[in-house]
Amino acid sequence: MLELRTVTAGYGGNTPVFRDVSLSVAPGEAVGLLGPSGCGKSTLARVAALLHRPDAGTLLLDGTPVRHWRHRAPREQRTAFGVVFQQARLSADPRLALADVIAEPLRATGRREGAADRVAELAATVGLTADLLSRRPHEVSDGQLQRACLARALVLRPRWLVCDEMTAMLDASTTAALVRVVEDYRAETGAGLLAVGHDRVLLDRWCERTVDWATLTTPAPTPPPGTNKVRRGN
Amino acid sequence: MSMADVATDKTGTVWRSRGGDRRSTRTLRLRTSAVLLAATVLAVLLVPPLVQLDQQAVDLAAKLEPPSPAHPFGTDDVGRDLLLRCVYGLRVSLLVGVAAALTATVVGTAVGAAAGALGGWVDRGVMRVVDTISSVPHLLLGIFIVAMFRPGVWPVVASVALTHWLSTARIVRAEVLSLRARPHIDAAVSGGASRWRVTVRHLLPGVLPQAALAAVLMVPHAMWHESALSFLGLGLPTHTASLGNLIQEARGSLLAGQWWPTLFPGLFIIVPTLAVAGLAGAWRERINPRRRSELML
Repeated sequence: MLELRTVTAGYGGNTPVFRDVSLSVAPGEAVGLLGPSGCGKSTLARVAALLHRPDAGTLLLDGTPVRHWRHRAPREQRTAFGVVFQQARLSADPRLALADVIAEPLRATGRREGAADRVAELAATVGLTADLLSRRPHEVSDGQLQRACLARALVLRPRWLVCDEMTAMLDASTTAALVRVVEDYRAETGAGLLAVGHDRVLLDRWCERTVDWATLTTPAPTPPPGTNKVRRGN
Repeated sequence: MSMADVATDKTGTVWRSRGGDRRSTRTLRLRTSAVLLAATVLAVLLVPPLVQLDQQAVDLAAKLEPPSPAHPFGTDDVGRDLLLRCVYGLRVSLLVGVAAALTATVVGTAVGAAAGALGGWVDRGVMRVVDTISSVPHLLLGIFIVAMFRPGVWPVVASVALTHWLSTARIVRAEVLSLRARPHIDAAVSGGASRWRVTVRHLLPGVLPQAALAAVLMVPHAMWHESALSFLGLGLPTHTASLGNLIQEARGSLLAGQWWPTLFPGLFIIVPTLAVAGLAGAWRERINPRRRSELML
């Protein structure tokens, strides 16, 4: 069970991005989170994936409160989340070939043996051909890059998937293919999903439960402009 | 003009790419700089071992001779050949410049990357120390450092390096901060990467082009500092031929109308400086479009 209780988070300014948001995702459940641009749903996704320390509130992971975020979080807790971000272009290291982008979590956690096989297997799953794997991010399209990012999110077999507007910049066929990959993975492993987006039609068809941001909280008076995408260190 | 700028089709029409002229001046500048720098480095590396001439050889009968076929740069006030002295001087100055620039860049990159990657109070503390050190005029600080040691090459290197890592640290920290906020770092954290791994695998490679450029531009600057310290009599021992020492010794004769003992060492400082600046400018133009296409910003 992934449970956020009255979470308040922001980026160090006087007003937090949102206040007192509560949301829970059961194991194996797919929850869609709908909200307008700039409301704080990406920040919420980052808090849930242990990437951003909230200012207040509790995050419960299987009933245990989480005390540490980012590097301070235990590695097995961090890697229990597979995260896919909105801008594929910014979420892959521009210096690494796609195969290295996908294999990076395996190397970072010391699972080098069998990495090549795992990458080949995942590349087939997400629909990347072998010649694409040797290219660097600026040599492939957004859709191809997002496929690699999804493969990277799945490579450590996470128990939770957090998709932050994963398909916002993609065409319909790529969107359908990526959603199918996520659903196949969930059917196979029983992973929970938090899908953030602003496309109600997509989220309604994808997820068992779609929640509207407005029902989660009373929003903070004015979110500081640009906090959704431009982040300073925390 | 390179092949890329001009294309000839089957009918013999010459197609010139737009901006070809600007590119050719750029190429000219690049080539001139490269040739000058190569000549300088070759002279410094090859002349001392190949030419069996003693740069210290004194010939009082031929003192302060103007440039002539026998002595192309003339002679100094005890009759030593100035061309040979300049080459030996440049060798010392270049050694000091390269060593100091490398040391400063390594220190600056390490400090800047640590401050940027760790963030929080470490970042604030380190950057306040950097601000404090850079509030002291760096030539004064450099003089203070050399004054603590016997005259020699390494105190001068230390003096220049310890006063010049600050700007590199600032550049590297700023770059690391902007890289750190990008989602691919979040993805690495989520993929289980340690702080160290994020820094050396994802952050440092991203700032290396900037750090390398800063290092290259620092070489001539470090040479000026060596010259300044030697000119003040604080740098290298006076018997060592360095560009600063040569100009310092020649001060007296300049007032008496002998221009060559100051002009040629001065040129030996200016030419490598301009050549390095030309190369660094071309390099900067080359890495910028690539970075833009990589980042898609």
